[in-house]
Amino acid sequence: MPKVTYIEHNGTEHAVEVPVGLSVMRGAVDNNVPGIDADCGGECACATCHVFVDPAWEARTGTPSEQEASMLSFAATKQDNSRLSCQIEMTAALDGLVVRMPEAQH
Amino acid sequence: MNAPVNLEDHEALAFSLPLDKIDPSRPELFRDDTVHPYFRRLRRDAPVHYTAESEYGPFWSVTKYKDIMTVEVNHKAFSSSSQFGGITIRDRAKELELPMFIAMDPPKHDIQRQAVQPIVAPGNLAKMEGIIRERVCTILDGLPRGEEFNWVDKVSIELTVQMLATLFDFPQEDRRLLSHWSDCATALPMPGGLIENEEQREAKFREMAAYFINLWNQRVNAEPAPDLISMMAHAPATRNMPPREFMGNLVLLIVGGNDTTRNSISGGVWFFSQNPGEYAKLKANPALVDSAVPEIIRYQTPLSHMRRTAVADFELNGQKIREGDKVIMWYLSGNRDEEAIEEPERFIIDRARPRQHLSFGFGIHRCVGNRLAEMQLKILWEEILKRDLKIEVLGPPQRVMSPFVHGITHLPVKLAA
Repeated sequence: MPKVTYIEHNGTEHAVEVPVGLSVMRGAVDNNVPGIDADCGGECACATCHVFVDPAWEARTGTPSEQEASMLSFAATKQDNSRLSCQIEMTAALDGLVVRMPEAQH
Repeated sequence: MNAPVNLEDHEALAFSLPLDKIDPSRPELFRDDTVHPYFRRLRRDAPVHYTAESEYGPFWSVTKYKDIMTVEVNHKAFSSSSQFGGITIRDRAKELELPMFIAMDPPKHDIQRQAVQPIVAPGNLAKMEGIIRERVCTILDGLPRGEEFNWVDKVSIELTVQMLATLFDFPQEDRRLLSHWSDCATALPMPGGLIENEEQREAKFREMAAYFINLWNQRVNAEPAPDLISMMAHAPATRNMPPREFMGNLVLLIVGGNDTTRNSISGGVWFFSQNPGEYAKLKANPALVDSAVPEIIRYQTPLSHMRRTAVADFELNGQKIREGDKVIMWYLSGNRDEEAIEEPERFIIDRARPRQHLSFGFGIHRCVGNRLAEMQLKILWEEILKRDLKIEVLGPPQRVMSPFVHGITHLPVKLAA
């Protein structure tokens, strides 16, 4: 099963196996990884599963949709590599993905 | 005085009326807390339901959690714009249109919202935490002991207006003007009411704008500061707002920072008084305050609905909504949807996913201040627990007569001497 490393804002790392087809958000929530709130449950309707994709992985995780981009534009700590983790679907090609969490989810 | 209330009668009526006779917007149903059976019926039998005749004209009711989410994320089909009637069920006359960013569509909505949202960014919230805690302590330690008082006035309003005055850098000695203007903005006009007609409301808005123009003029000529007025006065998206838009955005920020948190503060006290087992859980494990707070906000649902206007035909859960139709997302109903939330009728402070509720809305208009609201409630309950305050609720809450603000005006309580 492909693995994702979630790094909390304080530096704590969590390496978690996430089944293909699930979202990166779901991988965190199902494994009680702190730092991802996911208030809307994966509908791309809030911005509380915000992550920063490690630059080495940006090309493979793709670019945000229009809806995702507008939700991200309201995230306080948005950067160029910001994504909503509910919109990144796990594939075999993402084995080893590294994402970092912002200071807080809004 | 409230009309006689008999929940059982409403229960029977809600389930026997022909569907086309059901109108869940009647203000007295909210004042009497008797609207829930009607929503239960609609969720069961007509989740996307059309009321042809009401005080507010014809409208669609969207009552299920997932259908509300669909409307929320389809902002291209469902407009919030004040030019179509804005975000509440009650239409305003064209000449009274009040633009504000919650009642705008992209792209203008986005840039105006972005101008003010840094006020609630994580770094700023962290700075506010100490101030809020200090004020909560002062308010709680100054409460009368052994005598009846109104929790809404002495705690809920006091705490939220102090906070709001800070966000605006508004003179603290005049802070009750903020709650007064907020109440005037949302009150239903009625004889003997806070406002009797729209002219009176407009006069209040002018009074509010005149006060704020002074603050604006001070701030616009000073260095940018981290308060809402200064932020608007200096941001390119908001610094040249026409007077009506200035007024509208003030109303939005005042109501948004006032009514909602106020009513969740009052609601929490009422819910714990009705669910002593849940309070015992919280006392035994104060860390539960983190999940108790979102549960209070869900259970109260401080705004019963948000309204949209269809700007395209849209099929929603089998119903054909036509361009121009008024669509009401009943958050109060979606938050009690048994298909989205387990045992939704119960107040349970240790739910696994407590933040999956509709009270803040979803999509591009999701509440800007949601984390600030949660923080205020969290600090309040932490300090109540620390002091082991014994809050005896002496009677049921008196509620706001409105299908929009789901509020409590009076909650009589007594603290042990």
